[in-house]
Amino acid sequence: MSGLVIRDLTVSYGASAALDSVSFTVAPGELVAVIGANGAGKSTLLRALSGLVPVNNGIAMWNELNILDHRPENLVRAGIVHVAEGKSVIPELTVEENLDLGGIWQGRSKSIAPLKEEVLDLFPRLRERLGQSADTLSGGERQMLAIGRALICRPQLLLLDEPSLGLAPLIIEEIFAAITGLRSAHGLTVLLVEQNALSALAIADRGIIFNLGKIVATGKAAELMSDPTLRSSYLGY
Amino acid sequence: MSNFLQTLLIGVSSGSIYALMALALVLVWRSTRVVNFAQAGQAIISTYIGYEANFHLHNYWESVVVAVVAGAILGAAVEGLVMRPLAKRIRGTAATDIAPVIATLGVLGLIRSLAGLIWGNTFVQYPSPLSAKGYTIGKTVIQFSPQSAAIVVGTALVMLAFALLFNYTRLGLALRASSFQPEISRLAGIKVDRIRLVGWACAGAAGAVAGALVTPTSYLSPNSLDLLLVSGFVAAVIGGLDSLVGAGVGGLILGVGFAFILEYIGASLTFLSGFIILIFVLLVKPAGIMGKRGGRSA
Repeated sequence: MSGLVIRDLTVSYGASAALDSVSFTVAPGELVAVIGANGAGKSTLLRALSGLVPVNNGIAMWNELNILDHRPENLVRAGIVHVAEGKSVIPELTVEENLDLGGIWQGRSKSIAPLKEEVLDLFPRLRERLGQSADTLSGGERQMLAIGRALICRPQLLLLDEPSLGLAPLIIEEIFAAITGLRSAHGLTVLLVEQNALSALAIADRGIIFNLGKIVATGKAAELMSDPTLRSSYLGY
Repeated sequence: MSNFLQTLLIGVSSGSIYALMALALVLVWRSTRVVNFAQAGQAIISTYIGYEANFHLHNYWESVVVAVVAGAILGAAVEGLVMRPLAKRIRGTAATDIAPVIATLGVLGLIRSLAGLIWGNTFVQYPSPLSAKGYTIGKTVIQFSPQSAAIVVGTALVMLAFALLFNYTRLGLALRASSFQPEISRLAGIKVDRIRLVGWACAGAAGAVAGALVTPTSYLSPNSLDLLLVSGFVAAVIGGLDSLVGAGVGGLILGVGFAFILEYIGASLTFLSGFIILIFVLLVKPAGIMGKRGGRSA
């Protein structure tokens, strides 16, 4: 079985289960949106898949790789790249250093220059600010930088945590268009976690709706969007 | 030569040593957020190893290199054998913040006792080919010696090497990234644990340079670098604890300050004044003179 396979994944913080026996699959090349309110367990899911939080029970496989056996830095080497919540850039470094960071593990043998060019063509605003401290960037630019660094890490499975959080609608549109573009250009498999159900389902193939650590609905993105019960209970529009 | 210039030279020389010790503390603070009191002990061991090397090789400069290598290995060993296993065990408990600092005090005690067992609690000399006697200007002998000059030049070279390492190499970028944001660095594929070992090794090397350069100006004993640790700590805090440049500037301010107080006010006030400077800096600019706005980050 190839792609991402998750069976009975359970993560507990203390007594409460943040992720309660979750099972689903993502086919290679698919873009799946995980939708849910705050505290639904979406971020915990991504943190478990990138090795940041220990898992109590369950299975998580990426192609032949047992994800739960590996640390975050090794999962990156296997093509699993996580863009964490909250515009995950290092404000003390310059924009260019933030991008270069993604190339360090690749050593000198592989040049990241073409990938860097691609990122700067995709987000021209970053090119103008290459030498500036990432601290000076706007929220949208930080999110672009975080996605840019992820691309330089040469992802196969991209885990995106709330890329739209706190951003203006026009910027959200730009970033989601970039995600779609990268996906088709690089054949990426994408797991996109969002509270912004409309924007996420608009670019996703399928959606999974989380509530209180459990999956409450899955289906084709278009079907989920048009289901009146789901719309009023979970999608919030 | 005027009294003023002579005092300044003496201050720059002792300030250089404080700066190296401060650098060692800052490197560890940046990589693991621990104030490493064991640094004085690590520097003692590496200096004794330099002393032994000098005894066998009959070459001071080669012995300094041996001491620096030993200091780097020792630094990595303290992190790898004590601090990292400890951090794994106490993660998420109430002891997370305090236990590592207590552990460095434990390592300091252990190392010093070991040094006493191996080399005895006596004073020995670790001589350098350079004279520790002051230069003669005209008819007066000043207190700045060829060894003092070596201290200043050696410190400048170490600082330059670290500046190049941190700002112009991939390893330096990894060191900076891991110290600011370990989680984001891991997600970018950086092996943060390994980078921390390198940080501790760099710190051990810097402390070893300090020990091997300053010891020929006095004596070597299991406790002979303790005061240096205190001065280095004060210098690091003056500089902001997080800043490599701050460590250099803090060391020089403290060294020059001490020299002038000793010359113009009196010996009894010298050490006291260090703590007055420390408290003044903490009250006026808590993040240190090179610290970022927003105050001290823990």
